[in-house]
Amino acid sequence: TSSVRRNGPKFTQLIVGARSVSVDLNNDASLLIDIPDALCERDKVKFTVHTKTTLSSFQKPDFSVPRQHEDFIWLHDALVETEDYAGLIIPPAPPKPDFESPREKMHKLGEGEATMTKEEYTKMKQELEAEYLAVFKKTVQVHEVFLQRLSSHPILSKDRNFQIFLEYDQDLSVRRKNAKETFGSFFKNMVKSADEVIISGIKEVDDFFEQEKTFLLDYSSKIKDSTARAEKMTRSHKNVADDYIHISATLNSLSVDDNTALKKYTNVEGRVASDEELKLTELLRYYMLDIQAAKDLLYRRARALADYENSNKALDKARLKSKDITQAEEHQQQCLQKFDKLSESGKRELTSFKGRRVVAFRKNLIEMAELEIKHAKNNMALLQGCIELLKSN
Amino acid sequence: MKMATSSERSPPPFPEDLEPEPDEVGDQDSDDGEDIFLGTDNPLEIKMDPSLSASDIASSTKPLSEASSPPVMDLLSEPASEASSAPMVDLLMEPASEGSSAPMVDILSEPASEASSAPMVDLLMEPAREGSSAPMVDLLMEPASEASSAPMLDLFMEPASEASSGPMMNLLMEPASDDLKEPPKPDIDPLADILNDTPLSEVKTPVAAMPQETPSDLFDDEPSELFAEPRQSNTAKQQQTSIFDEPDEDLFSEPLGEASKKPQNDFFKEALAPVAKASNVCGPLSDNYNEHPTDIFTEEAMTTLPSAVSTVSVNSKTNGVHSDEEEPDIFAEATVELSLDSPRNDRKKKEAAKPSASAPAPSVSASASKPQPKTLEELEEEVEDKFELNISITNPEKVGDGMNAYMAYKVSTQTTLPMFRSKTFTVRRRFSDFLGLYEKLSDKHTPNGYIVPPPPEKSIMGMTKVKVGKEDNSSAEFVERRRAALERYLQRVVFHPSLLQDPDVREFLERDDMPRAHNTQALSGAGFLKMINRATDSLSKMTIKMNESDVWFEEKLQEVEAEDQQLRKLHIMVDSLVGHRKELSVNTGGFAKSVAMLGSSEDNTALSRALSQLAEVEDKMEQLHQEQAASDSFCFAELLADYIRLLGSVRASFDQRMKTWQRWQDAQNMLQKKRETEAKLLWANKPDKLQQAKDDITEWEAKVTQYERDFDRVSATVRKEVLRFEKEKACDFKKQIIKYLESLLQSQQQLIKYWEAFLPEAKAIA
Repeated sequence: TSSVRRNGPKFTQLIVGARSVSVDLNNDASLLIDIPDALCERDKVKFTVHTKTTLSSFQKPDFSVPRQHEDFIWLHDALVETEDYAGLIIPPAPPKPDFESPREKMHKLGEGEATMTKEEYTKMKQELEAEYLAVFKKTVQVHEVFLQRLSSHPILSKDRNFQIFLEYDQDLSVRRKNAKETFGSFFKNMVKSADEVIISGIKEVDDFFEQEKTFLLDYSSKIKDSTARAEKMTRSHKNVADDYIHISATLNSLSVDDNTALKKYTNVEGRVASDEELKLTELLRYYMLDIQAAKDLLYRRARALADYENSNKALDKARLKSKDITQAEEHQQQCLQKFDKLSESGKRELTSFKGRRVVAFRKNLIEMAELEIKHAKNNMALLQGCIELLKSN
Repeated sequence: MKMATSSERSPPPFPEDLEPEPDEVGDQDSDDGEDIFLGTDNPLEIKMDPSLSASDIASSTKPLSEASSPPVMDLLSEPASEASSAPMVDLLMEPASEGSSAPMVDILSEPASEASSAPMVDLLMEPAREGSSAPMVDLLMEPASEASSAPMLDLFMEPASEASSGPMMNLLMEPASDDLKEPPKPDIDPLADILNDTPLSEVKTPVAAMPQETPSDLFDDEPSELFAEPRQSNTAKQQQTSIFDEPDEDLFSEPLGEASKKPQNDFFKEALAPVAKASNVCGPLSDNYNEHPTDIFTEEAMTTLPSAVSTVSVNSKTNGVHSDEEEPDIFAEATVELSLDSPRNDRKKKEAAKPSASAPAPSVSASASKPQPKTLEELEEEVEDKFELNISITNPEKVGDGMNAYMAYKVSTQTTLPMFRSKTFTVRRRFSDFLGLYEKLSDKHTPNGYIVPPPPEKSIMGMTKVKVGKEDNSSAEFVERRRAALERYLQRVVFHPSLLQDPDVREFLERDDMPRAHNTQALSGAGFLKMINRATDSLSKMTIKMNESDVWFEEKLQEVEAEDQQLRKLHIMVDSLVGHRKELSVNTGGFAKSVAMLGSSEDNTALSRALSQLAEVEDKMEQLHQEQAASDSFCFAELLADYIRLLGSVRASFDQRMKTWQRWQDAQNMLQKKRETEAKLLWANKPDKLQQAKDDITEWEAKVTQYERDFDRVSATVRKEVLRFEKEKACDFKKQIIKYLESLLQSQQQLIKYWEAFLPEAKAIA
């Protein structure tokens, strides 16, 4: 068994029935997407993307395809690069699955096995497995959410690439970005952020966008801060939970040599407490992740706004130069049209984003409060049980 | 048999088995003559010096000095050079530095009251029924024939009337027989052994123990301490010295001078000697005391103490008259021993009952122990069942300024125990007083295998902060933590049925002007740890050698060690839990602020409101986590720290047992060597040295028996103590853990409250 342990637990064949928390709101039933399960093989996660549709653009009403994380990224990039969607908020791409930290922890655990009692090791292992599972579930969820956001968008849901992504039953064999391209996109980002600084000096013509801009800048920095702090908080919460595991394990081994029933219950208490704490942590983290998603959304929006402003500025410049006026006018006209279009769709998008954000917050806050209460109540019941047991013997 | 014999009062009928030995002793004495004894005398004589200067006791000392002093003086200088005497001197010198002399008077009355309380009544009942005064008179009369008897009568008449001396005599007699074997030995060690004899202490009822034990304390393993104390107490010195002289005389003068005398007398003298000292009879007695009068005296003293408080008080009075402070000291020690005795006896009884023959069950002790267990049990019941003692420590208060500042704590006692003078009383004590108490208790009780609860460690860091006068949280927390730790410490001491009987404990609780404890430095942090480590080291070394006959001890020791490991580990974990929880609290606070900011910039009113509500909830959570962290450390970490220290004491008691075992083994080896020497001498046909060799053998045989008995006694004590400790521990853990769980429960309740209040806010977001 030791060799198995040294190699770490078998994470490889985890299959998760990830029931998504439905994040999206305007569900017309014409296109329903979910990821009923996913398979983790080494670094790759294979998602099963299941689609149910009444739309005639699809060949079948019900089908499933295997997709990898890279396919999602490809889809996202394709959408971002489509000129027509400039005025839209493209849903953020799902983050790359990261199983490194639980893996590393598991590795450490294997190394530290000798210093731990058997119960302690078992419990820590269980804990890590649970953590791993949680990470896995979250990963599936963010991918699912991404697709659902697309499917619920009136324009994006009609996108050709999206439909291919959903329907093509072979491996998409998306080409991974090569180094040059990676560098290119990095460079592009640099230019963009420098650009953003430049645009930020430009006076906004539309009050709505002006307000939105200030709000979003402010909001995003704050939510960034909140997320970081929530992360910190959950991490320390997790530490507390881990401490409880160790404590309960040690108490357990103590109770072996003092065969007092009391110790046993203390141990139970310890485990329970740790369990509870852990769940709480998970909840918090989940909540935090949602904030994160919201934050990402904000970023996207800010970027969209910047893009829009950028084009607006370009238009102005062209006008000012008064060179090639016909061409410029034409261009200006184009830009104006584009700008108007962007403004219009941007306005629409922002408003819907606002609504979406509020709804998401509401939902998550309620869920969090309910979970907190539920855990606290469980905790209480357990504690009370322990106390009674202790008192009675 | 013994019981029967013991019940007869008049001149001590000896248990048959014991008699031959005394005879031998007598032979030895004559043969060995002065050389042997000189070595032993020296240490004793050293004390003489101070005594000589004493004016009060001058009379008593003089006679002694006459008999022994001239030689003594010589001895002091010359014999000291001898091998055996030298170590003694060293021992005496070092311990001399310790010791608190003065305040003993108070103690006298207190311990006496203890001794005299319930348990004694049982023992004394039978004899008491008789007109006890009459026999006493008789007894007195015989000794009285000697010069000092008359004054003695006066002094003792009162106590005598109360208590019946008869049984006591028996008790004395038996132990005496044991003791007798050893006195002849030339080495210093034997002396110490003789005096400290466990058999003596065992045999005696708690009351009896008082007089006997005094000698043991004085001369025993820590003869140094005993001697040291008298020395230190400047005022008392003289008297004490005189006291010491007396025992010396008894032991040595008789065996030496009157080789043929009955061992009984000798024995009595030994036992009595301390008593006599205590009672201050010295002046008149000094002459006589070698003989019967002393005997009577001891009897009296013994009986009086146990029999009634009043007698005790009488004693103390008489004492007070003669020598104010010293006597109390003596008594105090005696009483201490009393308390010790009782558990021991108890244990013995149990052991005897058990098939496991591990109990030494010396014949004498068996008889004597019978009545004792009862008393012991009663004592314990008193303590445990009725719980008549409540101790709390409150009002920590800074006294003084700067680096000389210290914290004084109010120690309040509520009790219905008769041993205390009143039902409620409070005293102010500082931290070093607590350490001082531990030192005293540890010195007295650890050698006997008792688990003496250790006090909290010194914390230079924490105290410095307090001294500097920072009124911040951490120093307030430190003070409170220490207060609670001291309280738990004191409660552990007081709930220990044997320790409660210790006069030092009572002095600590009752006495208004506590003398400053010295040398508490030794206990501070590192020193304490070192001590424990040393104990562990020597323990492990010995374990290798020790071929453990009793599996129980082996297993228990392993258990204790494993538990120690576990507790330390657990303590570290709980510490990290506390740390993490504090971190969590801080982070929650940060999150709360951040959420509040987020809420302020949120443009949806309902959501903004909800977020600021969330911020409030998180604020409260911060508080909650902080409180929980405090209770983690208070309920849990402190408990663990306590028990890590306590386990150190447990190990020390195992260590002690090992030491006595080692001593026994060494003595056996020595005996073996002596026998070989004898065989060689026989073979070489050297009759002149043969006698010496035979004497040696007899002596070492006695020692071996003695040490074995010591070992058995300590083993029994350790066993009982460990069982008691385990019981206490289970109780303590249960109590504390329930408390801790309740604190957790409470914070969960709060948490629910907060979140439930928040829920409607979240739902109100539209």
